[in-house]
Amino acid sequence: MIKIKAKDVDVFYGKKQALFNISLDIEENQVTALIGPSGCGKSTFLRCLNRMNDVIDICSVKGEILINDFNINDKGCDVVRLREKIGMVFQKPNPFPKTLYENVSYGPTIHGIAQSKQEMDEIVETSLKKAALWEEVKDRLHEPGTGLSGGQQQRLCIARAISVRPEVILMDEPCSALDPIATAQIEELIDELKKEHTIIIVTHSMAQAARVSQNTGFFHLGQLIEHGSTDKIFKNPDNKKTQDYITGRFG
Amino acid sequence: MNKNKEQLLNKRYKAEQRFRLYGQSAIFMALLFLTIFIFKIFSTGYSAFQKTWLIVPVNFDAELMMLDENPTKQDIEDADYYEIALQSMWNLDPNANEDQQNQLKRMVSYFFEREIKQELLKDPNLLGKTKEVYLTASDDLDQVFKGNYPRDLPEDQRRVSDYQLKIFDQLVANGKVESKFNISFFTNADSREAELAGIASSFMGSIFSILVCLMIAFPVAVLAAIYLEEFAPKNRFTDFIEVNINNLAAVPSIVFGLLGLGVLLAIFQLPRSTPLVGGITLSLMTLPTIIIAARASLKAVPPSIREAALAMGASRMQTTMHHTVPLSMPGTLSGTIIGLAQALGETAPLILIGMVAFVNTIPGSPMDPAASLPVQIYIWAESAERGFVEKVSACIMVLLGFLIIMNLFAQIIRHKFEKKWS
Repeated sequence: MIKIKAKDVDVFYGKKQALFNISLDIEENQVTALIGPSGCGKSTFLRCLNRMNDVIDICSVKGEILINDFNINDKGCDVVRLREKIGMVFQKPNPFPKTLYENVSYGPTIHGIAQSKQEMDEIVETSLKKAALWEEVKDRLHEPGTGLSGGQQQRLCIARAISVRPEVILMDEPCSALDPIATAQIEELIDELKKEHTIIIVTHSMAQAARVSQNTGFFHLGQLIEHGSTDKIFKNPDNKKTQDYITGRFG
Repeated sequence: MNKNKEQLLNKRYKAEQRFRLYGQSAIFMALLFLTIFIFKIFSTGYSAFQKTWLIVPVNFDAELMMLDENPTKQDIEDADYYEIALQSMWNLDPNANEDQQNQLKRMVSYFFEREIKQELLKDPNLLGKTKEVYLTASDDLDQVFKGNYPRDLPEDQRRVSDYQLKIFDQLVANGKVESKFNISFFTNADSREAELAGIASSFMGSIFSILVCLMIAFPVAVLAAIYLEEFAPKNRFTDFIEVNINNLAAVPSIVFGLLGLGVLLAIFQLPRSTPLVGGITLSLMTLPTIIIAARASLKAVPPSIREAALAMGASRMQTTMHHTVPLSMPGTLSGTIIGLAQALGETAPLILIGMVAFVNTIPGSPMDPAASLPVQIYIWAESAERGFVEKVSACIMVLLGFLIIMNLFAQIIRHKFEKKWS
């Protein structure tokens, strides 16, 4: 089933065009990887999906992005509701400088999801369990989240993102600041999370894309060169550029 | 070739050594000036915390005080103390002629009969008896006792006569002169008599001004900073505002004084010489300082925190209020305290709005006339009497102490909260 349908998306930073005519379908409950060299626009595209580009004054987005057949670029779309449905994990772990508990409970608090303290405790616990962090931190929920290691911080950010049960999780190079062990933990987690969420991950590591994703899109200079199942892109790409990039000839 | 290289290296080391020497001598000079400055103030000012008293026997003669037998408390309150006060001074030298009697009277403070009255109010049984009472010495004798007065000047250039000195020396020899901690310096308002003048009025005036300044400047500045930094679109107009806030911070303070005079006093008819007007004027001056500090500390909050909150579906307002502002508060607060410390030391604008007036009452609210500490320094520094010289330094010491405490507080806030999250 198709969860997100991007149609002819153009993005401009001031006068400079960053994305050209991107059309891409994202399958539900699968992992879609976006790969490509630095500056190719894959993160920009990811940020279109929860309208994080709104924050940048000079950035303008054109085209249609349909999520559940609803165009999020419509005037009537409420970004607060949108971002409740579409969570995001960033490149650098960015927990709030508050306690672990407050980090995870922040989303449910502002969206009024929990009715009682007990319910909130449950949400925090399940979110941390799903993020495979519960066992490590259950005794220090009221210590600052910034005191964790890099990998733990990133899993805390994932727990924070899934605390509001989003339908889609966007991940912007979530492992680029982590060591191989922490990376492996996150990748395992992604595999687990795709049962309940649709995941789109931007990554620089082709190996990672091959390991975690079912679908892959290759971006180059603001264009979507090729997209399809990960198997096909990695083993038998149609486009020469894709082939060159994957075999490490440029990028 | 190799030799050249070695020379070059030596040259570089020498240049570094020279540079260190320049730096060290600069710091040495700065410390030297600071030490001289502090030493000068302390050596001049410390004596103001002591006050000289003459111990004089006073005969509480009911007849001279126009009191009947068994007077009520009210009678004692209303009695005439001037006569017995005069008598007790004249008794120091029973052979004094009229001129000398006048001089005797001027050996003690101008309001010496009040001190005698206090004594009797404390213990009404003294009526008809004689008791040794502590009387505040005149400011000139006070200075003589502290060794600050040149006794070897010709008599016609001194404010203390040879006769007064003779009597004073006799009193000293008999142990009838004492020096005690000068409580009245902290509890009295300003006075024309140096020995009675205190900082209570200006101290309270400063406190009230700073409070008014804080209550106006802090909310306005913080709201302005938050709006400009987090909400306002970045365009020419906001750039223009930013440039002008920086300009405002560089405007000489006396200009704000003129503004206070022209607008607050002339147009709004607010009461002259009051901490209310002083505080408003100072708040205009402090505003840009706080805005700049608050914006800097908002800018210092990593954008990743804002993104994290926005991506969680927080509105812009929630992102700002839940995350950015709390994180920027330590910086904002320490900037505010430093701005207030600046305002506390400000003199020129307060002079223009009339806080330089002679105020001999202690203000109870920001609507009462008052001086402020720096203005008090200015007033006393202008006074001719020798007794005010030490008061100026003492007042500077109080002001500096105040400023040091405020800056310390700013440092503590900054350190305590920065450590917590780093």
